[in-house]
Amino acid sequence: MSDILISRRRLLKTAAAGAALGVAPGLGAIGPAAAAGLTMGIIYVGPRDDFGWNQAHAVAAKALKAVPGITVVEEENVPETIAVQKTMESMIKLDGAKLIFATSFGYFDPHMIEMAKKFPDVEFRHAIGLWQADKHPKNAGSYYAYLHQAHYVDGIAAGLSTKTNKLGFIAAKPISSVLTNINAFALGVRKVNPNATIQLIFTGDWALPVREAEAANALADAGCDVLTCHVDSPKVVIETAEKRGIKCCGHNASQASLAPKGFITGAEYKWETIYKNFADLLAKGQKLPNFERGGYDKDYVQNTAFGAGATDAAKAAATAAIADLKANKPYVTGPIKDNKGKEVVAAGKTIDNYDNFLETTNYLVEGIVGSLT
Amino acid sequence: MNDALSTVLLAVFAGAIRVSTPFLFVSLGECLTEKSGRINLGLEGILVFGAMTGYAISYHSGSPWIGVLAAGVAGSLFGAFHGWVCKLPRVNDVAIGIAMMLFGTGLAFFFGKPYIQPTAPRLPALELGFWSDVPQVREALKINPLFFAGLAVAIVLWWAFRNTRWGLIVRMTGDSSATARAMGYSVDWVRFLATTVGGFLAGVGGAFLSLYYPGSWTEGLSSGQGLMAVALVIFARWNPLACFAAAVLFGGAGAIGPALQSVGISQGYHFFNAAPYILTLLIMILSISPKRSLRGAPAELSLMK
Repeated sequence: MSDILISRRRLLKTAAAGAALGVAPGLGAIGPAAAAGLTMGIIYVGPRDDFGWNQAHAVAAKALKAVPGITVVEEENVPETIAVQKTMESMIKLDGAKLIFATSFGYFDPHMIEMAKKFPDVEFRHAIGLWQADKHPKNAGSYYAYLHQAHYVDGIAAGLSTKTNKLGFIAAKPISSVLTNINAFALGVRKVNPNATIQLIFTGDWALPVREAEAANALADAGCDVLTCHVDSPKVVIETAEKRGIKCCGHNASQASLAPKGFITGAEYKWETIYKNFADLLAKGQKLPNFERGGYDKDYVQNTAFGAGATDAAKAAATAAIADLKANKPYVTGPIKDNKGKEVVAAGKTIDNYDNFLETTNYLVEGIVGSLT
Repeated sequence: MNDALSTVLLAVFAGAIRVSTPFLFVSLGECLTEKSGRINLGLEGILVFGAMTGYAISYHSGSPWIGVLAAGVAGSLFGAFHGWVCKLPRVNDVAIGIAMMLFGTGLAFFFGKPYIQPTAPRLPALELGFWSDVPQVREALKINPLFFAGLAVAIVLWWAFRNTRWGLIVRMTGDSSATARAMGYSVDWVRFLATTVGGFLAGVGGAFLSLYYPGSWTEGLSSGQGLMAVALVIFARWNPLACFAAAVLFGGAGAIGPALQSVGISQGYHFFNAAPYILTLLIMILSISPKRSLRGAPAELSLMK
């Protein structure tokens, strides 16, 4: 009984302190520090420490918390159902969030759109490029980073680090954002090592640890000596590659610590750049862009620091490729054929890094052993 | 082409050994429980909780074997809880099992949060491929001792059900509780013990997942393997040796999809990935008959009534 009383008293104290804090930013808003009191909500579909997609966002959120005056509220494991609407509503009503970041694909339609209509003074942003100006509310929007540029750099480093000239790619589903990454990796590999092939395995879903481990083992048995992947949590693939004594490239977040012997480099998002830019804009009282995207040129993606698996040639070539991408030099240049022999980019043609062409990928480029169906 | 064929066969063989162990442990645990006349659908939850416990304890103690033991003990606590609740009047064991499945999974996620990132010591493998020069064969024959432990448990259970007094008592409570009572045995007590031991085995199966293969604790680790193992018991007609065969078959079938894609046979990979389920369905359809009840089925099982 006494336990309950104490906890209740403590609760009241905390509530009072919270209320006091809540008043302060209201006063501050008159002064120049308009950012003070900005509360952001970030919603994740999985655990924040999955060595993957969610972790990449969570790391960015950590960087945001360091900015004075900004409060970040987070909720993880929120399913892509009506549950995300409830989460958004409680962030807005209880925590006073003025900016909501929804980080999973299925949050957008209809959940985020509904909420954007219901709360017109709150800004909503979704981490995949689905927002369209003519269809969706003006206080909603999308931001996206071109991770495929970092996968291209992975490919260059991997192509120069392989000895068997067979590389393995384990992917979840044959959808365009995954295919763009696979193709970028393959283009990188074949640019520096035209004899190499990429064995592709689709597991069929975002998180199937046992099948991912089986796929990694099967690829190792088939003679691949570099593995990379596009699944939600690359932990299993990277650890299996390390166990088998072969090299690997990461995906989504840094997995360098999981493979001290074989890690080459990895494709990482750098969401904190976007989140910080957004926070600065809001601090100045400006409106957020509705559609924000970019790659190396805007510092939205990065490659993990080279591990023990990267050869010196690989490091040099990858570093040069990064410099080119930072200068926004296109990396997709014709002629490019798909793996059935059909031409997809004509000789002499160059695809700009911002070209929508890359987001509608529905083929596998030459050098990939695998199929979409 | 021969190369590709041998790669696939080897991968299926290796996969059968690597993937089958959790199926084997869970199905043996369920086999014992069902033989005593009760069904425990909560084994999926116990599997996940065992995986988390095994990983956590291995991380803290530095010894994966202590982790395995702890996973087993945690599993037996869950089993004991199921056994205790089910002996109360008018309690449905299937419903309790489903509740336990959700409870075990949720609890494992709750306590498992701090263990997703750290790296715990894993179980070692026995290098049985030392005689071969082919690296693939050496790799395939890296076998975890738990696999042999599972095989041993299967043989012991099979022998004990037929030849020991204990085995007879378990089968009797499963086939006719009235007879067991007439013989002076406590039906509830026998079923309580059978569910507890069944939970222990499922917990050990979970520890195999997190400590050996795939060998890390994540929330998507089990993806329904505990439930499949319960189905495997029916498939194996409540025979522990057949449980072993079914687990190996299922494990091998699961390796077909990735193995075929690794050698470049990738058209229709969705179909190959579904191979284990298609196989199970086929055998089930071919072996059932509406005219008789399933051979070997304990008569007291609520599924059969």
